[in-house]
Amino acid sequence: MHETPGSPREPAPSTYDIIIVGAGIVGAMVARYLSRYQLKILWIEKEADICMGASAANSAIVHGGYAVEPGTLKAELNVRGNAMWDQLAEELHFSFERCGTYAVAIGSEEQEALRAEEARARANGVPYQLISGEEMRRREPQISPETSGALFCPVGGVCDPWGATIAAGENAVTNGVTLKRSTAFLDFIWEADTNKPPQIAGIVTDRGEFRARWVINAAGLYADEVMHRAGVREEFTITPRRGEYVVLDRNHFQLDNVLFPMPSRISKGILVTTTVHGNTIVGPNAEEVGDREDAAVTTQGLEEIWEGALKLVPNLDRHAIIAVFAGLRPGSNAPTPDPKIDYHKDFVIEIPESIRGLVNLGGIESPGLTAAPAIALRVIELLKQAGEVLYEKPNWNPIRPGRPVFRHLSHAEQAELVRKDSRYGRVICRCEAVTEGEIVAEIHAPVPADTYDAIKRRTWLGTGRCQGAFDMPRVVELLAQELGLNPLEITKRGGPSKLLARRTKMRD
Amino acid sequence: MKEHYDVVVIGSGPGGLAAALAAKRAGADDVLIIERDQELGGILLQCIHNGFGVEIFGEDLPGPSYAQRFINEVHDLGIETLLDAMVLEITRERTIYATSAQTGFSKLQAKAIVLAMGCRERTRAQIRIPGMRPSGVYTAGTAQRWVNVEGYMPGKQIVILGSGDIGMIMARRLTFEGAKVERVLEVMPYLSGLSRNYVQCLLDFDIPLQLRHTVKRIIGRERVEAVEAVAVDEQWIPVPGTEAIIPCDTLLLSVGLIPENELSQQAGVRLDPVTGGPFVDEGYHTNIPGIFAAGNVVHVYDLVDWVTEAGFAAGESAARYAMCGAETARIPPIPTTAGENVRYVVPHLVNPERLSQAEVRLQMRVRQPLEQPVWIQVHDRETLVTRRAARYARPGEMVNVTLRERDYDKVRQSKELRVSIVPH
Ligand SMILES: Cc1cc2nc3c(=O)[nH]c(=O)nc-3n(C[C@H](O)[C@H](O)[C@H](O)COP(=O)(O)OP(=O)(O)OC[C@H]3O[C@@H](n4cnc5c(N)ncnc54)[C@H](O)[C@@H]3O)c2cc1C
Ligand SMILES: Cc1cc2nc3c(=O)[nH]c(=O)nc-3n(C[C@H](O)[C@H](O)[C@H](O)COP(=O)(O)OP(=O)(O)OC[C@H]3O[C@@H](n4cnc5c(N)ncnc54)[C@H](O)[C@@H]3O)c2cc1C
Repeated sequence: MHETPGSPREPAPSTYDIIIVGAGIVGAMVARYLSRYQLKILWIEKEADICMGASAANSAIVHGGYAVEPGTLKAELNVRGNAMWDQLAEELHFSFERCGTYAVAIGSEEQEALRAEEARARANGVPYQLISGEEMRRREPQISPETSGALFCPVGGVCDPWGATIAAGENAVTNGVTLKRSTAFLDFIWEADTNKPPQIAGIVTDRGEFRARWVINAAGLYADEVMHRAGVREEFTITPRRGEYVVLDRNHFQLDNVLFPMPSRISKGILVTTTVHGNTIVGPNAEEVGDREDAAVTTQGLEEIWEGALKLVPNLDRHAIIAVFAGLRPGSNAPTPDPKIDYHKDFVIEIPESIRGLVNLGGIESPGLTAAPAIALRVIELLKQAGEVLYEKPNWNPIRPGRPVFRHLSHAEQAELVRKDSRYGRVICRCEAVTEGEIVAEIHAPVPADTYDAIKRRTWLGTGRCQGAFDMPRVVELLAQELGLNPLEITKRGGPSKLLARRTKMRD
Repeated sequence: MKEHYDVVVIGSGPGGLAAALAAKRAGADDVLIIERDQELGGILLQCIHNGFGVEIFGEDLPGPSYAQRFINEVHDLGIETLLDAMVLEITRERTIYATSAQTGFSKLQAKAIVLAMGCRERTRAQIRIPGMRPSGVYTAGTAQRWVNVEGYMPGKQIVILGSGDIGMIMARRLTFEGAKVERVLEVMPYLSGLSRNYVQCLLDFDIPLQLRHTVKRIIGRERVEAVEAVAVDEQWIPVPGTEAIIPCDTLLLSVGLIPENELSQQAGVRLDPVTGGPFVDEGYHTNIPGIFAAGNVVHVYDLVDWVTEAGFAAGESAARYAMCGAETARIPPIPTTAGENVRYVVPHLVNPERLSQAEVRLQMRVRQPLEQPVWIQVHDRETLVTRRAARYARPGEMVNVTLRERDYDKVRQSKELRVSIVPH
């Protein structure tokens, strides 16, 4: 901005080329791929940390792409996104396994549904293999004896969605993106001249105003509110659809496969799947809820998923349950752009023509995790089509180095690590064997972990059998010590979620 | 520190301390205790209330004082300790891998191992409490550590789910500290902890206990704002119309303890699905030769004195194993079984020959409370081996019956030792 010498002025609001609203997997991938270009980027998130929305509570499947309606944006970006995960995991160092996935037909009644899955797989160009019930039972002995066949999709896989989102975000930040957490988008600022289609000039947040030529809407469950502020797609609504899960302790129950049932009209059904941590997860159901923050688990929901799961794997044991959680899908009502396709729950990925300066993403429900990197590339294509000239940074670094994960190392490597830094010798979380060294490294990382849950999402501490009962006091102490705070200020997830109330009388 | 030990004890709670002492006294030269914490003592260090030692010392001591008596002796006898060190893995061949911020990574070989890792608490998910997941939901043991060790209050207005001992003890402790404990909810029709704790910790402080009640839902997005309590019927189904919203900022869970056996499983130690702990004989030998277990790692105790006693027995057998190798029993061990109204019996096997040297205490939990005089009896099929009378039997209180030298003949000829608890 041009400064006139001598004339006192209001301090100019910070000016960026692009502002990204929302720090789920979509915002993180967009930030990461855009950080490659010579752009000044601000990335905001209303919560205290990144990855606290849908990206934090889902099935963690990198879908092959046979389950989505052919001809939709979902199908196209699912297939394109799926192909990007090996390189992503290699560059960003998070857990991803392309283990293949099964869609399982139980009893002869489901054979027809299995053929429909096959037809979609063929139409979407997804590799697959049809296997007999007998072969399926051989590959997964714990599966229902009623299994009549399955579609095996070799390109499907499982990932650590927390790891992927945080690694991508960190890579964006080290490549120059400015991240502001606990900063909520409230409204747009517009350019004064009104002749042409209105041009966005920036945004208003609860932490002040920020100027930019482009705003990217990656607000997940709130994408409709953001686009309506811009006067775009008034008919578009998001209906949160809750999905509940249970997690089973790997020490009590193990299953090495990803098993989907035949899909229902509203969801892919209740799956029983392994995770990159070896614990099995079971879920989700699909229930429309009015409240976008209502990620509560319910008794009915848990019964529903348990019954559904028993159809696939009859020998599941309730005693193995160590955690329950729920996620909210940002279900949309957007028609597929191709008018020939009769589908009304598609992604929105567009630069609307009625205004200038908005890249509009909406309805990014499943397979949104899988598609996220492809969505980021599509955003870049759209910006280029809109006349934005993007110059690559000569020094862009696609690598986000991994940090030591104690439990993944051999005894020899563990010994070596402890010799170099003794803090890796102190185990804080006994179930997942997370060490003080790992926790401290995350507290001081490029996207610092400064709440209990932030540490949990980065290290998987507290996710095992004891669910934090042993580690929590130690983690609070470490956070306070490393951040120079009073333990009373440490929160679970930011804001008013304080963990402690006051000192005891004798310590007052 | 050496690389080879006669006996390595994992965990330094009352079970581990007693095992190490007994092993040393029985003649094992090189005895090592490995403890994850910075100090010896295990959970006792956070149990600053009294009630410990009545059986063993005839004195009513606070937890840390009780532990200190054993810790002093550990030092006096020259038992080695490795603190701030977590055992990561043990093998069937008794190789131990441990890591420590102070002494680094170590690999040790033991002639005998005593597992004394204690237990952990059941959590919210294990009992599947619905609702949001805000901060302010803690196990009673976590709260105990915060208040008694770190000096912080987890909340000001508290509801406790479960009438376990730690929960009741924390109800009193938090009240002392100025918190308001609204009530204790228990899903069962009876108390799950000791009656003495009900009297001393709830009744004396006017804290209501609601039996057959549970938490239907947790309310609050960031921090607990309230819980919805509800009465349940015999099938634990909520009774409509009995819901009550109780404003609070904290929900403590005291809903049971689970022996901590992931290390044991790595070494192939066979676990009893009812106790969650290893199958053991009267010397606390597991199915893996040279691996012994004592204390809450075997089954959950309510009195520390009995943990100490089990630790002594385990340590002594471990020392014998380390010095003489496996003993060959002349008479095959006799299995114990849970008969009428008994949930489980520990030990799972009894070598009759042991009765010529020592008494063997069979420990068990009753299924249903019997508020009347009862027989605790041991049968071999139709033959009565021994029995004793008790004034009542309650699920919250561990029950014992002792086999003595005079029972040797009957035990030796038994096919099984079936224990039952029936009205007089
Ligand atoms: C139950 C369930 C199961 C799923 N399973 C799979 C699966 O197996 N595979 C798969 O590929 N996909 C799956 N998905 C879909 C996938 O999780 C989502 O598509 C993906 O996480 C969406 O990412 P996002 O970044 O758009 O949304 P989010 O992760 O929700 O991120 C949006 C962010 O925007 C922030 N925000 C909102 N409003 C504002 C504002 N005003 N100011 C600032 N920030 C704001 C939010 O706080 C949030 O952090 C599943 C989803 C659910 C819920
Ligand atoms: C939270 C809690 C509170 C309790 N409060 C009471 C009470 O108030 N009154 C009462 O009578 N009883 C109480 N109990 C029961 C009490 O634990 C037992 O009576 C007794 O302390 C059990 O002794 P222990 O030696 O078996 O186990 P613990 O005292 O639990 O000792 C086990 C030790 O093993 C260590 N350990 C575990 N794994 C490893 C590893 N891998 N490497 C190295 N070290 C390891 C632990 O750090 C711990 O110090 C409580 C139990 C718990 C869990």
